[in-house]
Amino acid sequence: MLVFASLLAGLVFGLGLIVSGMANPAKVLGFLDLAGAWDPSLAFVMGGAVAVGAVAFALAGKRSSSLFGAEMRLPTTRAIDRRLIAGSLVFGVGWGIAGFCPGPALVALGMGQIKALIFVGAMLAGMGLFEWLERRRPRTLAAG
Amino acid sequence: MTIAWNTFSPWSALAGGVLIGVAAAMFVLLNGRIAGISGVVGGLLKPVDGDIAWRVAFVLGLLAAPWVYLACAAWPHPKIDASSGALIAAGLLVGIGTRYGGGCTSGHGVCGLSRLSPRSLAATLAFMGAGFATVFVARRLFGF
Repeated sequence: MLVFASLLAGLVFGLGLIVSGMANPAKVLGFLDLAGAWDPSLAFVMGGAVAVGAVAFALAGKRSSSLFGAEMRLPTTRAIDRRLIAGSLVFGVGWGIAGFCPGPALVALGMGQIKALIFVGAMLAGMGLFEWLERRRPRTLAAG
Repeated sequence: MTIAWNTFSPWSALAGGVLIGVAAAMFVLLNGRIAGISGVVGGLLKPVDGDIAWRVAFVLGLLAAPWVYLACAAWPHPKIDASSGALIAAGLLVGIGTRYGGGCTSGHGVCGLSRLSPRSLAATLAFMGAGFATVFVARRLFGF
């Protein structure tokens, strides 16, 4: 059940990315280019997603287990620390270079785009580098 | 600031955003988890028993989305202008940055803002700010 729900959620998420235009890096960069001809579409994507998400997370917050009986695993970390901000800044620079964030890159890869494959390969390498660096750190700070 | 009226697509953006919100809602209400794509993918690089199948299923859903979409309409073709070198750099930065920052556009942007999480708001402001700055520098100062 959980695996099927994951597949369906990934599918609907991907369809949303295609319909919204966010699977197209040129459109994302049109949003990030404030000083050029600005395309505010991405703000509408966020608005639509958060409007639905807010209801769902309000309901989820009242439950201790999911409708399928899985444990509710909502993040408990609240710290706004250097890792959060520095990591997000680094992510934003990468996002601004190519116009790809992880979801749209996977959807474009599904379309058979070679350039998406290059991006996703590098992204996995970056994530692998993170895991390698984490293993070299003392245990006490593992979070996030 | 000028608005790119020729590419601005508020209705499809909103509709796609709602689909993304529905996907995040399904994921948290059925599986009890945050639909954060960098976290879902990143977790595959540090596999834990019993914690793999749902991640793979979610990613397969994203990859399959274009093919389901194709049953109804032709793909809006992604336009990827970045060179291979830029894609590699961008992918590395996105991979490592999202893992240090504990989330990307989906986890912090959509789900975090839906949960009214100050931590996710800080992350979202950081990666959006860095994205705006990067595109400004690349396009306006260096003419890419």
